[in-house]
Amino acid sequence: MENLSMVFVALIAGALRVSTPFLFVSLGECLTEKSGRINLGNEGALVLGAMTAYAFSYETGSPWLGVLAAMCAGGALGLLHGLVCSLARVNDIAMGIAVMLAGIGIAFFFGKPYIQPSAPQLPVLPLGFWSDTPQIRSALDVSPLFFLGLLIAVFMAWAFKNTRTGLVVRIVGDSADAARAMGLPIDRIRILSTVAGSALAGVGGSFLSLSYPGSWNEGLSSGQGLVAVALVVFARWNPIACVGAALLFGAAGALGPSLQTIGVTQGYYLFYAAPYVLTLVIMVLTVAPGRVLRGMPGELSLTR
Amino acid sequence: MTITLPAETVVAAPKAPEAPVDWSYPLRRLLETLLVPFCALLLAAGAFAIFLLALGSSPIEFASLIWRGAFGSWFSFQNTLQRAAPLMLTALCVALPAQLGLVVIGGEGAVVLGGLAAAVVGASLSSLYPPLVILGMAIAGAGFGALWIGLTGWLRAYRGINETIASLLLAYVAIAVFNHLVEGPLRDPASLNKPSTLPIGEANMLGSIPGTDIHPGLIFGIIICLGFWIMIQRTSFGFAWRVTGGNLRAALLQGLPANRLIVIACALGGACAGLAGMIEVAAVHGSANASLAAGYGYAGILIAFLARQSPLGIIPMAILLGGISAAGGLIQRRLGLPDATVLVLQGFIFVSILASETIYGRFRWFQPRGVA
Repeated sequence: MENLSMVFVALIAGALRVSTPFLFVSLGECLTEKSGRINLGNEGALVLGAMTAYAFSYETGSPWLGVLAAMCAGGALGLLHGLVCSLARVNDIAMGIAVMLAGIGIAFFFGKPYIQPSAPQLPVLPLGFWSDTPQIRSALDVSPLFFLGLLIAVFMAWAFKNTRTGLVVRIVGDSADAARAMGLPIDRIRILSTVAGSALAGVGGSFLSLSYPGSWNEGLSSGQGLVAVALVVFARWNPIACVGAALLFGAAGALGPSLQTIGVTQGYYLFYAAPYVLTLVIMVLTVAPGRVLRGMPGELSLTR
Repeated sequence: MTITLPAETVVAAPKAPEAPVDWSYPLRRLLETLLVPFCALLLAAGAFAIFLLALGSSPIEFASLIWRGAFGSWFSFQNTLQRAAPLMLTALCVALPAQLGLVVIGGEGAVVLGGLAAAVVGASLSSLYPPLVILGMAIAGAGFGALWIGLTGWLRAYRGINETIASLLLAYVAIAVFNHLVEGPLRDPASLNKPSTLPIGEANMLGSIPGTDIHPGLIFGIIICLGFWIMIQRTSFGFAWRVTGGNLRAALLQGLPANRLIVIACALGGACAGLAGMIEVAAVHGSANASLAAGYGYAGILIAFLARQSPLGIIPMAILLGGISAAGGLIQRRLGLPDATVLVLQGFIFVSILASETIYGRFRWFQPRGVA
């Protein structure tokens, strides 16, 4: 019983910690996909963001400057994706893979000198102050970035529904013909959505290197940015649902480590696979051939 | 004179209007498919040169080191060919499904599982007649690879799940399963620092092509690429693939089993990637260990796109990319650049190649003439 509650606490803690990068990348991807484009390059933006944030935090001593730099780096990668995808006949899925590999390459290239030194980390909000149990205290040390992500999710959901900008993004994503008839600059809107989405992914990366696990190395992200793409499908392109999905995936990712805390070390590597298997199972359950999912932007080439 | 003209046209009208035969069109089309990637490569090289200059390194020295490390001597060229062999096969894992319009990027998963299956079969049969062992390993490797990417194809065809994401998720699952098995149940207790499976035995290794250090994997790679090229270009089965990839609705109207073709194409691609893993085990490592996950699957994506998904084009592109990766160590030592330099160069090439897709068909000169 004692053990079970420890696993439970560890799972919740894991969900709160591990979910933040999922949250940011999925929100960014959600914005990009709402405008009718896919950016698999967000995985690259995540890794590049993690490296940039760590390097800036180390060089300047301010982790928040690191977050800002990660945002810019992610945005720059998104700009590349957005610009090239605006050319005729460029496949955005293939281009996303290229941008992902380029981003990871650049991050590894410039990140080599930062593998050893330790950079100042982001502060945490100690929400577990009311408890005497050290596990619960450390479990509820939540990063302010998590709450920032929550705010962005609420804001995005509101903006999609209630603002002119949100409406414009949705029109461009749903029907390029309708957007053209209205005289909207389709390419410009998609490029801006991709830049903003990729910048969010970069911020998600900064969480990886400046908060949890809190260091920079080359194995930092194992496809989290790509899992987030599937997560957006699961969340039906709804920013609020992205929060729930990110928490679920965070919990799945924390399953292995939390079982380890009570001494279950068998199949350690298999637990690594849990988030990916979960993603696949969820996709099998929710996607069906020939069915248009609720909330899916009409111009999207993802589930066609 | 002018009066007879309408009469002539009336007489000529019932006949099919004869378009002037455009003999040079196939040649010009070939030129387009060669020139565009070449220019894209030049552009990537130019961008990369600026990148190096900005960092204070000399692009000329970089280029000469690539040349020396990749193609400059018989020794380095053998090393290049060595690396090109698995790259050809993993590129096919992208190129074959691409004939049907699918972007499958999870070849790495098929490489590690194929290699693992081959190593297990090789170790358990190791006392048999060596060619039989190698055949068993090849079947196991190709079979597991086919299963893994075939599953992606099945998910795509029958469950409507995007193949790019599914194959990548499955690749991560495969690597996790691989690590679990190699570090746990299948680990050779004698492998201390580097967890490996039981060795397949020296006698069952592929050896090398007589007179060289190159392993026969290269020959397999080239033969398989040529075979698939002929299949796609010259057989009705390959034609069915191309129709399905070109226009799904037309294929369905013709009664082509589009879903089954998708699964078959993915499974064949996966079999190639699994075979790449088997070759790595049987020719290089002698057992399955973590070096199988060396990123061959991901380099294969780039090669397939460089070759515009043509199995024939894969051969030179795999040699080119194999050369660049073979020169990586030399660059690291001489210029003091990190080993990720090659990754950055590959990223530049990839972006530039994909952007060049927009060029095709833009220039009149390459288009068929004489047709309105």
